[in-house]
Amino acid sequence: MWKQIIPALRMLVALTILTGVVYPLVVTVAAQILFPAEANGSLIRQGEQVVGSALIGQHMNADARYFWTRPSAISYNPQPSGGSNLGPTSATLQTLVEERRTAFASANGVSEAAVPAEMLFASASGLDPHISPEAARLQVLRVAAARGLEATVVEALVNRYVEEPQLGFLGQPRVNVLRLNLALDGLQS
Amino acid sequence: MTTLEVLQIVVYFGLLVPCVMVLGGYMARVFSGERTLLSGVLSPLEKGLYRLAGVDANEEQNWRQYALALMVFNVLGFGVVFGLQVLQGALPLNPAGLSGVEPALAFNTATSFMTNTNWQAYAGETTLSYLTQMMGLTVQNFVSAATGIAVVIALTRGLVRKTAATIGNFWSDLVRATVYVLLPLALALAVVLVSQGVIQNFGAPVEVQTLTGETQMLPQGPAAGQIAIKQLGTNGGGYFNANSTHPYENPTPLSNFLEMFAILLIPAALTYTYGKMVGSTRQGWVIFGAMLALLVGGLVVMLAAETSPNPVFGVNALMEGKETRFGIANSILWGAATTAASNGSVNAMHSSFSPLAGGIAMLNIMLGEVVFGGVGAGLYGMLIFVILTVFIAGLMVGRTPEYLGKKIEAREIKMAIVAVLLPSAAILLLTALAAVSEAGLSSRANSGPHGFSEILYAFTSAAGNNGSAFAGLNANTPFYNLLLGMAMWIGRFGVILPALAIAGSMVSKKAAPPSPGTFPTTSMLFVGLLIAVILIVGALTFLPALALGPIVEQLLMNAGRAF
Repeated sequence: MWKQIIPALRMLVALTILTGVVYPLVVTVAAQILFPAEANGSLIRQGEQVVGSALIGQHMNADARYFWTRPSAISYNPQPSGGSNLGPTSATLQTLVEERRTAFASANGVSEAAVPAEMLFASASGLDPHISPEAARLQVLRVAAARGLEATVVEALVNRYVEEPQLGFLGQPRVNVLRLNLALDGLQS
Repeated sequence: MTTLEVLQIVVYFGLLVPCVMVLGGYMARVFSGERTLLSGVLSPLEKGLYRLAGVDANEEQNWRQYALALMVFNVLGFGVVFGLQVLQGALPLNPAGLSGVEPALAFNTATSFMTNTNWQAYAGETTLSYLTQMMGLTVQNFVSAATGIAVVIALTRGLVRKTAATIGNFWSDLVRATVYVLLPLALALAVVLVSQGVIQNFGAPVEVQTLTGETQMLPQGPAAGQIAIKQLGTNGGGYFNANSTHPYENPTPLSNFLEMFAILLIPAALTYTYGKMVGSTRQGWVIFGAMLALLVGGLVVMLAAETSPNPVFGVNALMEGKETRFGIANSILWGAATTAASNGSVNAMHSSFSPLAGGIAMLNIMLGEVVFGGVGAGLYGMLIFVILTVFIAGLMVGRTPEYLGKKIEAREIKMAIVAVLLPSAAILLLTALAAVSEAGLSSRANSGPHGFSEILYAFTSAAGNNGSAFAGLNANTPFYNLLLGMAMWIGRFGVILPALAIAGSMVSKKAAPPSPGTFPTTSMLFVGLLIAVILIVGALTFLPALALGPIVEQLLMNAGRAF
């Protein structure tokens, strides 16, 4: 039996060094040289303080002065990430959706039928940084009123932050909520 | 569905065919020992590995020797991952200060990565140190995939070689698959993923002051390297708990497209490799065609189900468990690909799919993970179905069953049946056990038929070595950790060993040239028969179980019932 185990063990050690040490180190070195900002989490800093990552959504929904992100099963706390995993016939989800519908409609002064799907349903990661352009536009009046800004100014800002499908055909049109909110703060500072 | 969404799907499949030919041809040269474009760089690396391990890569092995080397290597790999997890608290590269993993979970996770399942009963960012992720999981991502490729290459040799005794050398196949195929592809993909925003660093979690004054701890780590190989090697185990829905794991539509493409790339290309190695690319295209037809058929049903109205919520498209940047179509396309190929990574939460879409995801796995399937695993599983089809077709028309000029006899059929029955039995019996025991039922997150689907999906995923989940189920209990771990062992080696045994018995046979009595295995008729056999075996075995889960849930949903 040792005749089998010794070469297998040596092969495992050799492949562990190659794929478990050399490979990740090579990827790290390449990543840090070629794309340092991305490799380190696409962090956004204001002075010394990290205010967020361009890729990770934040919990916004208590503050009328900001655009709101999607519902999240983990309240945007990424330790750990995840969705609700509630199913398509879940009564629990049904209740949650009705609450979210009423809350969004009344806060933004829109009809309940107009609330877009992504503001009713929680994302998969719980960290979705985006909402649809439509969901952003529905929040313009509230944000403008809370900040004492002209609605047209806020609307123009939203339009500037609409991202089209990548390479013209991949993915969905979307708005990065954190970037939009930072730009809003920038307008008034 | 918008035109853009249809276009994304068309481009996805359209790009697959040329890539299959290029990569498939390359792999055929690699495993025939011919020189390739990368030989100058990689050949010294290959030879170095043989020297470090002290093996003679030219020494031919019969199927028993091949299988023994494979088993010993895999069991040792299991041991290393288990040990790293249990001891990680005392080991370096652990900036978050995570403690050792408890044994039942460590058993499940070690099994999961060694068997190419990559089921995750843990949350990566809060359970595993960087060292465990790299030297345990990343390594198994490579070698479990390479093991699958090795088996299918050995089986191919068994079919091609005439009146021989040996089917190749396991060490040579393992090393070549790793060095020539997986490493270069993973390196390239990893760097491209970083350009899109996937992280790759060794920093500690970053503390963020959000705009509204909350604190958010952003996880960090060497993610991109592991994510590249988890997609390419049909592993699927996420760096993060939320897998490829996590913006750090799959940040943009482009990263999504590439990760999704990587799921099918190697399993699909191996069909071309197979055709090259048996000397008739048509034999490979026949298998590719059957796989593609089954995948696209399932995809169409899933898309239709997901975009039709859900009376419970009064909306058409449920965005629950889906990311804005991907949308409905990309979530379903990934869902179909990841369950057909036994990848198991997700870019949307399958548990929140409409019942029928989730049911097709399950059925994809239940068919035996042969619709592209795992790297290598899908093709050797498919070849087992090919042998069954040849046999059944032969019985129907009264011809001697032959494949590639070799007679199919009782021993091969027995082994094929074992390989089909073992995983199926594991799924149904263990699901039944969980469905009648308190330990099994108490883990459910949803009630009604969806709760049963959670359990059925879990054992299907484990025995199919897939790794995706209806993730509401709390699988991190001793009951599920042990039983699901068991299902993974059965699903992996319950197919690998019969496949190698078939290779061993086929290799010794002589081949006769085709005669008028030979049933051709390169016709459209054969593709149809093959699909029929796969569907009938899958449907007969699993329809009753599916009826209790997704099918009845779909009917009740249509009637507006919630649970």
